[in-house]
Amino acid sequence: MNRRIAYIASNTFREAVRDRVLYNLIAFALLLSGAAILVGQISIEIEKLVVINLGLTAVSLFGVVIAIFIGIGLVSKEIEKRTLYTVLSRPVRRWEFIVGKFLGLAGTLVVNTFFMAIGVFLALFYVSHKFVKADALILIALYFIILEFLIVCSLSLLFSSFSSPLLSAVFAFSLFVVGSFAEDLRNFAGMAHGISRWLATAAAYLVPNLSAFNVISSIAHEQPVAGQLILHNTLYALFYATMALSGAVLIFEHRDLK
Amino acid sequence: MKSRRKITIMASTLLVLSLAASAFVLHCTDKLRPQATLDEVLFISSPTLVKRASLGYDGLMACIYWTRAVQYFGYRHHYYAASYNLLAPLLEITTHLDPHLIVAYEFGSSFLAPKPPHGAGEPERAVALMKYGIENNPDNWHLYYDLGFVYYMELHDYKDAEETFERGTKVPNAHPFLKIFAAQMAQHAGEYQTARMLWSATYQTTQEKQIKQNAIDHLRALRVDEDVDHLQDAVTRFGERTGRLPANIWELVSAEGLPGIPLDPDGHPYKMTPQGRIELRDPDAFPFATKGLPVGYKRKYGGMN
Amino acid sequence: MPAIEILGLEKTYSVGFWRKRPKRALFPLQLTVEDGEIFGFLGPNGAGKTTTLKLLMGLVYPTSGSARILGQDWNEPAVKAQIGFLPEQPYFYDYLTAHELLEYYGQLSGVPAKQRSHRVNEVLHQVGLPDVKGLQLRKFSKGMLQRVGIAQAILHDPKVVFFDEPMSGLDPMGRHEVRDLMDELKYQGKTVFFSTHILSDAETLCDRVAIIHKGELRGVGAVEDLTSSVQGKIEVIWQGTQIPAAMKALGAECHVSGDRVRAIVDEKQQDAAIDALRRERQQLVSITPVRTTLESYFVEKLRRAETTAGKTV
Repeated sequence: MNRRIAYIASNTFREAVRDRVLYNLIAFALLLSGAAILVGQISIEIEKLVVINLGLTAVSLFGVVIAIFIGIGLVSKEIEKRTLYTVLSRPVRRWEFIVGKFLGLAGTLVVNTFFMAIGVFLALFYVSHKFVKADALILIALYFIILEFLIVCSLSLLFSSFSSPLLSAVFAFSLFVVGSFAEDLRNFAGMAHGISRWLATAAAYLVPNLSAFNVISSIAHEQPVAGQLILHNTLYALFYATMALSGAVLIFEHRDLK
Repeated sequence: MKSRRKITIMASTLLVLSLAASAFVLHCTDKLRPQATLDEVLFISSPTLVKRASLGYDGLMACIYWTRAVQYFGYRHHYYAASYNLLAPLLEITTHLDPHLIVAYEFGSSFLAPKPPHGAGEPERAVALMKYGIENNPDNWHLYYDLGFVYYMELHDYKDAEETFERGTKVPNAHPFLKIFAAQMAQHAGEYQTARMLWSATYQTTQEKQIKQNAIDHLRALRVDEDVDHLQDAVTRFGERTGRLPANIWELVSAEGLPGIPLDPDGHPYKMTPQGRIELRDPDAFPFATKGLPVGYKRKYGGMN
Repeated sequence: MPAIEILGLEKTYSVGFWRKRPKRALFPLQLTVEDGEIFGFLGPNGAGKTTTLKLLMGLVYPTSGSARILGQDWNEPAVKAQIGFLPEQPYFYDYLTAHELLEYYGQLSGVPAKQRSHRVNEVLHQVGLPDVKGLQLRKFSKGMLQRVGIAQAILHDPKVVFFDEPMSGLDPMGRHEVRDLMDELKYQGKTVFFSTHILSDAETLCDRVAIIHKGELRGVGAVEDLTSSVQGKIEVIWQGTQIPAAMKALGAECHVSGDRVRAIVDEKQQDAAIDALRRERQQLVSITPVRTTLESYFVEKLRRAETTAGKTV
C-alpha cells in the first residue's frame, strides 16, 4: 500500500486514541456486565438471548455513533483548524488524504469492536458457563457490524468533505436510520406509480441498505446465516464504501481550502 | 493540473461503477431473502416488545409495520399462498403501536378470518383483533361493523353478529346500515341479500385498495352464484315440463322468454353442458364463486407455502 | 533557472451563499524569484498575499494561470518534496508532541526513516525549542507554535521555503532569531519567499520585494528603491509638561500624558528637535524611530497622489 496513506491512517488512529474515543469501552463494559448480572438473576430461559441481543446491538450503536462523530470532523475539522495546510503542501495527494483518513477511522472501529467482542463473549460465558458451536455465529454478526461501520464511515467522510460537522452529523445519522429501513423504503417504492416510483426506487438503491447487515435477532435464535449472504454483504459494503469515497475524493479534489 | 484531471476521471468512473455494482449486489441479495425484513417478526412477535424497542417513535413504526403487513399479504396473495402465518402478528404489532389505525382492523376483518389462499384462516385472532380495536376506539362504528362481519361471514355466529351490529348502532354517528344488518341477523334473511349488503357496505366504506378489490370480487361472485342458481332452476323447470333437458342454451332462453343468453359480470355468456349444467366461461375470473364451476375444476392454490 | 516563476496566477472567489457574486482576490500575477534570493512579498492585510501562497501550495486552485517551481509544474509531488511552507498563524494537531508532529511530517515528506529522529532534534534546536519533549502542542504558546511551524517548514531540507507572516506572534527576541534563521537559510543556498505587512522586516532581510495591494502587484525591486519616497518619522519623549515653542515650529505633533510629553517629528528634524529641547533644558527620555508599516506607506502614497491631483485641478 501507498506509504503516505498508511502514515495518515495511523495518525488518524492515534488522534482517536488520544481524544479518548476508546473510553466508550468503559461505558460498554458497564452496560454489558450490568445487564449480564441482572438477567442472570431474573430470567433463566432468555438470559443468553438478552446478552447476545443487547451486546451486539450495543456494539453496533456505539460504533455507529463513533463512526459518525469522528467521521464528520475528519476533513472539515482539518480545514477549519488549518492543520491540512501543512499536510497538503507536502507530497501528499488529496485522494491519499481521504483514503488514509477513512482507513484510520475504520481501523479505530475494528480495534474498538475487537475489545467489545471480547466483552460480549465474556458476558456470554458468565451467563451460560460454556460456549457452544452456535456461538460462532456471533462472529458473523460482528463481521456484518464491521461492514456496516465501513459504510457509515465512508458516508460521514463524504459529508465531511463538503459540509459543516453539524450538518454532516445530521445527514449521516438520517442516512443510517433510513438505511436501516431500506427494505421498507423499497416496498414503498414498489407501491408507488409513475415517476414517483422511479424516483423512490432510485432513492431506495442510493441510500445504504443496512437491513441485510442486521442478523442479530436471527443469530440470537441460532439461525444459521447463508454463506451467500456473507459474500453479498461483503461485496455490497465494499462497493458502497468505494462509491462514497469516490464521491468524497471528487468533491475534495475540487475544493478550495479557504 | 494534468494529474488532477486524471484523478477526477478515475474517481468519477469508480463512483459510477461501484454504484452500479452495489445496486446489482443489492438486487441479488433481495432475491436471496425475499421476505427478509419480516423475519424479525418471527423473533420479536411480542407487540409490547416492539413498542418498547421503538423508543417512542411508535407512530412511525406503526406505519412501517402497517406497510409490511399490506406488502406481506399482497405479495403472498398474488401467488395464492397456502399460509399467512405472519399476517396476524404483523397486524397485532401495528395496532399495538398505533391502536387508532382503523384501516389495520378493517384489513384484519377482511383477510385474517378467510381460509387460505384468501386469508390467514384465523377467525379467532380476527375476533380478538376487532375486540382490541373496539376497546381502544369505542366510538368508531366501523369496528363494530368489522367484528359483526367476521361473526356472520366466517363464524356463522348470527347471535353474536346481531349483538355486535346492535352495539354499533348506539355509537354516535353510526352508519344507518348497521340497524338493517342487526335486523337481518335476527330474521336470518336470505343469504345472498345479506351477504351482498355486507360486501357493498365494505366496498363503500373502505379506502384500502386490497380490501376494496376483495369486496368487488365477492360481490361479483355473489352475482354469479345467484345467476347460476336461477338458470339451474330454469333447467329443472324445463325438465319437469318437457321431460328432457334443453338441447342447448338457446332453447332454454326462448322457453323462459329471456331477451338473450344471460351474461356473467364480465359480459361473457353462461354455458350449458349437454348434461344440463350451467357453467362459467372463465371460472378463474371469479375466485370466490361457488356455483357454475366446471366438473373437476380446481382453484389455483398453494403457489407458495 | 529561477526558483519560482508565477505565470499569470489569478483567483476569483464566488462569495455569498445563495446568489454567488464573484470577488477578485488576485489579479493576474507575474513574478519571478531567483534561486538563492530572500524575497519579500509585501502588502497590507487583505492584499492577496495569503491567497498567492495558497495558490502556490495547491490549497486553492487558480481561476487561470500557472506557476513553475524549480523548473517544474508547481503541483507535482516531486516539487512538493522540495518546498517547505509555514502558513499564517499555524495550528497543528494539538494531541501530538512537537517530536511526534515533526516525525509524522517527516514521514509524509519522505525523509528517510534513519535520519528522521536526528533531523527532528536538529530543527527543533535550530528554531529554539530544544526542550519540548513529551509536551503536547495544546500546551504551546502562540510563539512556540510559530517556531514549530518554522521547524516543520525546513524539516525535510527543502530547496525553497514559503513563509506566510513568519514574524507574527513572536516577541522582539523571536523576530531577531527568525531573521537570523532566514539569513542562514540563504547562506545554505535556499530560496526564501516570505510575506509580511511590516516594512522593516523586509528592509533588513530582503534582496528584493514585491508590493501587492488589493490583489494587484504595485512594484518589484529593492526595498530602498520602493520606499525612498516615504520619509521616516521619529518619536521623541521628554520629562515635563512644557512644549518649547521651537518644537512647535518644527511641526511636531505633541501630546502631554502625565509628566511626560510625546512628540512625533520628521526624521530629518531629529537634530533640530534635540537642540530645541536642550536649549529649554528639558530632560530627554527617549528617541525612537517609528516603524513604518506598509499601511502608512500606502496611506502616504495615496495621500500624496491625492494632493497632487488636487493641485492640478
